[in-house]
Amino acid sequence: MTYSSILIQFLNGLASASSLFLVAAGLSLIFGVTRIVNFAHGSLYMLGMYVAVWLGERIGFWWSVPIAALAVGAFGALVESALLRRLYAAPELLQLLATFALVLVVKDFALWAWGPEDILGPRAPGFTGAVTIAGLQFPEYDLFLIGFGPLVLGALWLLLTRTRWGTLVRAATQDREMASALGVNQKWLFTGVFALGAFLAGLGGALQIPREPATLLIDLSVVSDAFVVVVVGGLGSIGGAFVAAFLIAEIKAFCIGLGLSQFTLVVEFVVMAVVLVIRPWGLFGRMPALARGAGAVEPPLVAPSPAALKALAALLAALALVPVVSGGYTLVLLTDILVFALFAVSLHFIMGPAGLHSFGHAAYFGLGAYGAGLLLLRAGAPMELALLLGPLAGGLGALVFGWFCVRLSGVYLAMLTLAFAQIAWSVVFQWDAFTGGSNGLVGIWPASWLASKAAYYYITLLTCAGGIALLWRMLYAPFGYALRAARDSPLRADAIGLDVRALQWAAFTLAGLAAGMAGALYAFSKGSISPESLSVPRSVDGLVMVLLGGIQTLTGPLWGAALFTWMQDAVARGIDYWRAVIGAVILVLVLAFPQGLTGFLRQRFAP
Amino acid sequence: MQGMTRRSALLTIASLTVALAAAQPARAQAIKVGELNSYKTFPAFLEPYKKGWELALEEINRSGGIGGRKLEVVSREDGGNPGDAVRAAEELLSRENVSLLMGTFASHIGLAVSNLAAQRKVVFVAAEPLTDKIVWENGNRYTFRIRPSTYTQVAMLVPDAAKLKKQRWAIVYPNYEYGQSATASFKKLLGKAQPGVQFVGEQAPALGKIDAGAVVQALADLKPDAIFSSLFGADLQKFVREGNLRGLFKDRPVFNLLAGEPEYLDPLKDETPDGWYVTGYPWNEIKTPAHQKFLAAYRAKWKDYPRLGSIVGYSTLYTVANALKRAGGADTEKVIAAMKGMEMETPIGPIVWRPIDNQSTMGAYVGRLAKKDGKGVMVNWRYADGALFLPSFEEVKAMRKE
Repeated sequence: MTYSSILIQFLNGLASASSLFLVAAGLSLIFGVTRIVNFAHGSLYMLGMYVAVWLGERIGFWWSVPIAALAVGAFGALVESALLRRLYAAPELLQLLATFALVLVVKDFALWAWGPEDILGPRAPGFTGAVTIAGLQFPEYDLFLIGFGPLVLGALWLLLTRTRWGTLVRAATQDREMASALGVNQKWLFTGVFALGAFLAGLGGALQIPREPATLLIDLSVVSDAFVVVVVGGLGSIGGAFVAAFLIAEIKAFCIGLGLSQFTLVVEFVVMAVVLVIRPWGLFGRMPALARGAGAVEPPLVAPSPAALKALAALLAALALVPVVSGGYTLVLLTDILVFALFAVSLHFIMGPAGLHSFGHAAYFGLGAYGAGLLLLRAGAPMELALLLGPLAGGLGALVFGWFCVRLSGVYLAMLTLAFAQIAWSVVFQWDAFTGGSNGLVGIWPASWLASKAAYYYITLLTCAGGIALLWRMLYAPFGYALRAARDSPLRADAIGLDVRALQWAAFTLAGLAAGMAGALYAFSKGSISPESLSVPRSVDGLVMVLLGGIQTLTGPLWGAALFTWMQDAVARGIDYWRAVIGAVILVLVLAFPQGLTGFLRQRFAP
Repeated sequence: MQGMTRRSALLTIASLTVALAAAQPARAQAIKVGELNSYKTFPAFLEPYKKGWELALEEINRSGGIGGRKLEVVSREDGGNPGDAVRAAEELLSRENVSLLMGTFASHIGLAVSNLAAQRKVVFVAAEPLTDKIVWENGNRYTFRIRPSTYTQVAMLVPDAAKLKKQRWAIVYPNYEYGQSATASFKKLLGKAQPGVQFVGEQAPALGKIDAGAVVQALADLKPDAIFSSLFGADLQKFVREGNLRGLFKDRPVFNLLAGEPEYLDPLKDETPDGWYVTGYPWNEIKTPAHQKFLAAYRAKWKDYPRLGSIVGYSTLYTVANALKRAGGADTEKVIAAMKGMEMETPIGPIVWRPIDNQSTMGAYVGRLAKKDGKGVMVNWRYADGALFLPSFEEVKAMRKE
């Protein structure tokens, strides 16, 4: 690189940083005040893009930007007041499920409204050309963006420090119960903050129109970038978000400049992992105040009654009889459901009783699957051995990653699990010679005595039921009680001699092992395995299953897994806009049963 | 039967008769084909694809179906990942009892379904996956693939690239199998055609996440004489805009796989770069009778122009129909035998199904990009017949591990 190209790459980084900052700032504000992990932030950004490019053709680009941002802001206000407001009393993370459902609905809406083709907008009037800097061409519009980011930062700073509303926002960020006790109208504050965050996301999207096309795939990629920036900067810290955006964008630009472009696959997650390991609350974050809402206190997990145990045994017996009465596809679907049930139960094991929220649980599922596949194909192990030993890869991954993760808490922990999952994913994705790269591995079939659908169903039923029973049993062993004590009051648990971190680490590893078991079963049921089995969407599926079933219940993940898998299968078959339908069903369920399905039933029919 | 009135008894009998009458011909006659694809993940390509096979289905059944039997397509969303795709395929096979499978878009999904087809011993006609592996390294006797693969399309561009006698080449590709294998094939083939050629550097942005400004600057730093790219979709659009703005393409020939396909070319509009060498589909300029007929029928049915996906969907279903006709039924072994060496017409020219690797000789249009009335078009194009660019018998033999 010459000096002039170093300068240009630096400017490229600045321009990207400005764009990143706009989305991240909104996300950070929303989280800081409302504690909502807004999964739909990327969808708001995408809406901003589509509205702007659509309006731009009619009224010109510069008019379309503020109008698109305002429209998205208004949409945000609507979402908050009509949907999220009803969920603040619900268990933590349920809002995440609601915003995930929104992602599905918004995506299908955009497909319906604007069609499947990418829409590349025109260049920005007045900034259509490039200027020569140090002998090299640099787009004028990027210069505009470089200036615009700090302007927004300044405006936000003024808003937060020089206005009464800003003071209230800061007060609520620090301690929202106290702010409420002092007479601040939380409803309006939350709606306002959410609308502002959505406005910034819409603005960020609209301003990208001269640089990139509006596409349906942008939502999840933007939201994951924004999460990284927010977490690296420190949740709720606007200045932190700005610094983090700058840091990440510059590192990316110079990776590309130095010819290390493959590394951009994962670089932001590596940065996040490093930052979180060194500074557990991000660069400028503070240790979060403990939430004292109604949802914060989890009721003790009661042991299942003898009647419930009998019902579960009856269910197991019924499942064992299925191959007698039905063959073919029912068994295929049930095999999938069982595998995901074990996966969801293993996630619930750490999320519920251990209180360790993981956004990257698919890593262990995928590692188990790859462990089995690689043993079979690369080491030539017999299938039975591969199935038995493969899950150890999941357990080993959890052992290593878990050591770092249990040092953190809350959303920071969740994001570190996500970072590790992405790192594991990128290794599998990139290591072509060993893992088969993006294509994955094919030809992973069960041994001949397990090859029939019924035989494989039985081995799956046996393994999954055994795994689930074991995990559940552990929750009512001293280990399980100690875990719950460590979750509910780490200090007191520590005071009575429990080693909180060691407990959590062990739980994390066990959950990884169980997820790996599910993954190995999955690999042999499909005959192939690809990096998608470790990817974020798979982790999100797990989260959705657990939350749908009810995080505070024992058997919830089971029903959540069954319902979600069945729904994906049944709805996707008959309905064109199946994503929107699944999203809508989740929204209805969330609004009707904020405690999850099982939680609802328990409340309803409690003795 | 005492409680049953005369009227309700009659109604029951009547409805039973109707039900039987409706069910009878369908059960006795229709041949079911299972189709699965990532309709929600890649809608830009797959909506036209679906319209393509729906048109073919209508035509096939209007002209008498398969030896008098109706052809029926049961279509499924594959969820955009191999696991769900395999489940969808299992559902098609065991619940819908389809005779064979067709479809898929992404390479890894195509490979997973092909692997299942070999396990369950059913024919699978892969429509869009471009990976070389599906017919070569991982090929199996049950899997057939219609489109020219990455290797073949690269081979079609290489003669023009070698003619330019450019010394220093830079390469940019989306970082996954398609881009990696396009790059590897290009280096291998151009290195053979033009000994001494230099590949001065590569950029491999993640699919859908190109940081176009930085990539363009990094490529310019390499001071290449020419550029080879296999970007498509949103990545291509970003790359083109930044490259135009920053003067990367000035006096530098660029070769870009797939960029002439309407799916990827049309969104570029007035940003379309002049003179790029591409593979694609100039739908409004192909005047062969076969294509004119297809074009008229497509426009009449859908009130829209076809994309390349439409050709793929249309030709894939015709492949299936022709194979079933030749085999005289849906028996797997007979269908395989029928497809080996099968010759047929497609809207873009006649194709042959090669017995050696189950690959069709479908070609692609090779030409250059130009702007016309603010839109991108292909000019100076020609049809490159796949048969001329596919690897030879010996090469295939070495690659296929059956």
